[in-house]
Amino acid sequence: MGLVGPSGSGKSTLLRALVGLAPPSAGQVVLEGKIVDYAKKDSLRALRDHVAIVFQQYNLFQNMTVLDNIIVTPIKVRGRARAEAEAEARALLSRVGLSGKESAYPDQLSGGQQQRVAIARALALKPALILLDEVTAALDPELVRDVLDVIRDLAGEGITMLLVSHEMGFIREAAHRVVMMDAGRVVEVGPPQQIFDTPTEDRTRAFMSKIIRH
Amino acid sequence: MAEDLANLFTAGNMKFLLRGVEMTLLLTLIGGVTGLIGGFVLAYARSSKGRLLAPVRWCATVFVEFFRRIPFLVTLFLVLYTVQMVLPRAPLFWVAVISICLLCSAYMAEIVRAGMESVPTPQIETAEVMNMPRWRITWMIVLPQAWKVILPSAVSYMVMFVKDTALASQAGVFELMFAGKALVNRGLDPLLVFATVLLAYFAISWPLARFGRWLEARLADRRLEGGVR
Repeated sequence: MGLVGPSGSGKSTLLRALVGLAPPSAGQVVLEGKIVDYAKKDSLRALRDHVAIVFQQYNLFQNMTVLDNIIVTPIKVRGRARAEAEAEARALLSRVGLSGKESAYPDQLSGGQQQRVAIARALALKPALILLDEVTAALDPELVRDVLDVIRDLAGEGITMLLVSHEMGFIREAAHRVVMMDAGRVVEVGPPQQIFDTPTEDRTRAFMSKIIRH
Repeated sequence: MAEDLANLFTAGNMKFLLRGVEMTLLLTLIGGVTGLIGGFVLAYARSSKGRLLAPVRWCATVFVEFFRRIPFLVTLFLVLYTVQMVLPRAPLFWVAVISICLLCSAYMAEIVRAGMESVPTPQIETAEVMNMPRWRITWMIVLPQAWKVILPSAVSYMVMFVKDTALASQAGVFELMFAGKALVNRGLDPLLVFATVLLAYFAISWPLARFGRWLEARLADRRLEGGVR
């Protein structure tokens, strides 16, 4: 699922609110048939066990190796066995094309590599939903592709993702559904063809024409 | 003059001054270690979240602000008279230790806080979203990155603090300054005595300051090797 809209329309804020980093002002999130109560620790904890988020700035733990970044939560929070978590982490690293980087520290990696580690770290949590917040916006153009390739593969494997991005071409190709946001509200939801080619809302149309023009 | 020198530099007097140096070093060391621990506890308390812990935050803030705002001499006398009210025969050394721990904890709390705040918030938010408890975030993510900022500042604070320990002599605590005064009272030349005391203070704080600089340069590009155990 892709989430698009002009800058400042609240896309990132929506993702932050979804994981309880920003206070939601209205609306409901339903998880496995239950309404999430963001004010309650247990409820928020249950939500966070199912949702992972990847940020624009990767946010890897700078004091830990790539491998430790990935296994720390499975081992320390989820109580998984170390050997098992490590084997999974290695498999995930090879999946994002970073085998052999296990003992590197984040500052020894390029932005694109760090972002792929961050995606592997999110996958290690086996989330029901992965939120991706402008994950390619901070990258040099030649590195964007590597990250998008990984996301495309994941989408192909049926992993549910909510992707905020300005990579319109990518969203059009990879997303099944696209949400258009403006001024803090959802304007239109539909398949990519509808949103990009035949939008029903004026604001979507205006936004798309601006993008195409430039 | 030559006679004054000969009178001062006797083995007995030097031993006496050295014992003063020892006490000054001991007070500084105690202040540094308990200050770091106390400072961490205070900084951690101040950064706690939730309405339930508001009184804890409030107490820690009041403690830090209070002991940072009043002169050390005042703290010293406050402790002296409080202790003497409760335990009239308590040794003065412990009065100095208590005062120093109060002062150092308050100052170190700010140093530790600045260090912890130097770790980018997004890393912490990321860990929160992964359901990592706060103490674990602090222990595994914040402190391993913050210590390079904390340690050099802590050492340079200790360099300043060495000089403050001289105030303990005002409460009758035996340390370097007190030893100097005692020698003067025995009729030795005050100028010579305090020149020697001055050199002794310099001999303590200069190497400490150099150590602080070295530490800063050394830590700048190092990370704490460790990992998930």
